[in-house]
Amino acid sequence: MKDESPSSAEADSAAAAPKKNYVRPLDLRRGRIDMGHGSGGKAATQLVQELFLPELDNPWLRQNDDGARLELPGFDPAQGRLVMACDAHVVSPLFFPGGDLGSLAVHGTLNDVAMLGARPLYLSATFIIEEGFALADLQRIARSMGQAARAAGVPVVTADTKVVEQGKGDGVFISTTGVGVVAPGVHISGSRARVGDAILLSGHVGDHGVAVLSQRESLAFETQIESDSAALHTLVADMLAAAPGALHALRDPTRGGLATALNEIARQSGVGMMLQEAAIPVRPQVEAACELLGLDPLYVANEGKLVAICAPEAADALLAALRAHPLGRDAACIGVVQADPHQFVQMQTRFGGRRVVDWLSAEQLPRIC
Amino acid sequence: MEHEQGLIELGGIRKSISLALVPEAVVGDYVIVHVGHAIGLLDPEEAQRTLDIFAQLERFQEAPPLPQMQPLAPRPPLESTQPVKELTP
Amino acid sequence: MKYIDEFRDGALARQIAERIAAEADPAQRYRFMEFCGGHTHAISRYGVLELLPENVRMIHGPGCPVCVLPIGRLDMAIDLALHQRVILCTYGDTLRVPASEQLSLLKAKARGADIRMVYSAADALQLAQQNPEREVVFFAIGFETTTPPTALVIDAAARQGVANFSVLCNHVLTPPAIRAILDGASAAERATAEIQGFVGPAHVSIVIGSDPYARFAREYRKPVVIAGFEPLDVLQAILMLLRQVNEGRAEVENEFTRAVSPGGNLRAQALMEQVFELRPAFEWRGLGSLAHSALQIRPAYRQHDAEHRFGLNYRSVADHKSCECGAILRGVKEPRECKIFGTVCTPENPIGSCMVSSEGACAAHYTYGRFRDIPLVPVAAEALTA
Repeated sequence: MKDESPSSAEADSAAAAPKKNYVRPLDLRRGRIDMGHGSGGKAATQLVQELFLPELDNPWLRQNDDGARLELPGFDPAQGRLVMACDAHVVSPLFFPGGDLGSLAVHGTLNDVAMLGARPLYLSATFIIEEGFALADLQRIARSMGQAARAAGVPVVTADTKVVEQGKGDGVFISTTGVGVVAPGVHISGSRARVGDAILLSGHVGDHGVAVLSQRESLAFETQIESDSAALHTLVADMLAAAPGALHALRDPTRGGLATALNEIARQSGVGMMLQEAAIPVRPQVEAACELLGLDPLYVANEGKLVAICAPEAADALLAALRAHPLGRDAACIGVVQADPHQFVQMQTRFGGRRVVDWLSAEQLPRIC
Repeated sequence: MEHEQGLIELGGIRKSISLALVPEAVVGDYVIVHVGHAIGLLDPEEAQRTLDIFAQLERFQEAPPLPQMQPLAPRPPLESTQPVKELTP
Repeated sequence: MKYIDEFRDGALARQIAERIAAEADPAQRYRFMEFCGGHTHAISRYGVLELLPENVRMIHGPGCPVCVLPIGRLDMAIDLALHQRVILCTYGDTLRVPASEQLSLLKAKARGADIRMVYSAADALQLAQQNPEREVVFFAIGFETTTPPTALVIDAAARQGVANFSVLCNHVLTPPAIRAILDGASAAERATAEIQGFVGPAHVSIVIGSDPYARFAREYRKPVVIAGFEPLDVLQAILMLLRQVNEGRAEVENEFTRAVSPGGNLRAQALMEQVFELRPAFEWRGLGSLAHSALQIRPAYRQHDAEHRFGLNYRSVADHKSCECGAILRGVKEPRECKIFGTVCTPENPIGSCMVSSEGACAAHYTYGRFRDIPLVPVAAEALTA
């Protein structure tokens, strides 16, 4: 059988070099997309970096944040800048406790815009619908989108629909784009975390992932956990008002969970982090569900939470702003940014030990042992 | 399937799992679960004895004795409302 | 979570850790092997190693069923899925393991194979009942913990006449693996490995009981302490092992008394006996071929044995030349002593068995422990606001 690993010589020279991570590049000639590429972990990042970026290359894409900050010709950037973010939603099942594909599609993109420190203004939506999909379900989704958009004060100003043959779509896929404006002087980016910064988390993690999993057939358990799907832009606005200039980075920990979001920021900013496990809020039922399924709550998706990196002297003010808002009542300071050439996110465990909270290579899969 | 299925509860989550490997289980028992099956019963007396052994170490030290192990908030015993069910195939 | 949280208590952890530090003889090196994927995970996830003194070291043994699964067996499963068009059901752990020809189950799925992740063997049987026109194969792996559930479904399939359901059986046994470690490749290797005691597996022992380990304690004069899978259990077991070494004892002790009895779960054992029989030999990745170490399905249930049903043949596939998994599994080397650890061989690009599952020695060290190989970064002085 053909040995699929690199040659010995390659292995030797790679090992002799300073301990650099060897990531097998994508096999663009013969490789195929597999589910690992979609999970928000290293594989997904690699797909963007090695396949899309070289083809689409431009300075905005290279920045690698969840959205782009744009100039408008003839428009004075001192008045604020335009931002644009996009997101596709393929959740299954389509309806789950606390939300559905429609509200998720609205909140997800609103949040991407908000994570740049921007005020979302308009949304667009495209629907790819599978032949045979029930109109009643489609209406439910559309109604949910409408409600979410109205509640957020951000209209869906343009939309498009396409239909694909039965078997070629998972019911319906929604792709949304959001545009917003970021005020002058606000510069929030995953690359701005600084040594000594405080790491704040707006509330309990793991709710959305567990709520969705509870609906999946093979895990028929009843739980009162609801998805936390929510629009965070007013929360972000409150935070900006409370401590202008002190907010360095924002991220919503969606696919891949809190651990992935923090690792992304650590890498973008070239820093390390030290977290306190005891400070990270997790609901008991979420903890229990993860226990039963062999999952780690740090890697479970959230749709209504944010992580904020801020100057340490502003942490108190920002926590107060968070806790004053309905979506941030359980906000906590969960750690600190530290210098670390290896960019590890580390954690003091409740147990008294220390561990690394690493990237996921791909989708977190439940363990059997 | 002719399994003895039961409902277990953990921290507010309920899940149906197979009790075929622990036919002696009754409502109120605690079980160890693995890949969707209960593989053994948990003996509450032994559990407490083990915890006591952990805590006994403090008698070797100067420090004041550890406070009594906090019992968790009273919780209904494992699935008190649902009897162990037999599912017909 | 009752009976879980109490066994993770940080204050008690410090107490036990202090006792370990006090009783560890500074002139002595203590090396204990833990044998259970669940233990590897608990040690990693809770940072147990941090709490141990320098001269007490834990070695990860071959207790991870994914890690000891030979590539050739995985190839059989992939072949079934890709070329025989069965619905292949598997636990999540196996999906990303690299097999031959740059394939894995996940990559085979990308090529059109119908591969489905299940949480329980019962799910696979249910799929077979729901899809009577398709062949459904359950890819069964694991030690004695997952074996009884597999036995249950095979028995159920036979009694209910679910003709389209079969199992590709890769179940392995714990005592032969322990014996292989104790025998070692050579006397020299045994001396290097220098394992002074074993932390016995948690779940496996619930099924097989504590009795089977007695002969290892007797024949090889090595203490065995069976531990529960919570971090406090593991710490306490280490303390108990330490005491045995200090006192020159070699006994089987049970820390996990709340779930493990001397005889184990008789019903589960009876079921295994009913459905399975010993294979004369079976290849273990990293340990080579071991006699009477694995199970195959009895002739009475042959119609549900995928190997017979599909006429499958096993072809052995060698590991990469630079891969040190064999030595690591036997406790002779540590992950960082492998030339390709962390550089070519990473969780994203696992070369050997120890890296493929998050409980493998190399994966666990890489994910949770590699920061210890590098100079420690002091925690920032700022106090945390809360």
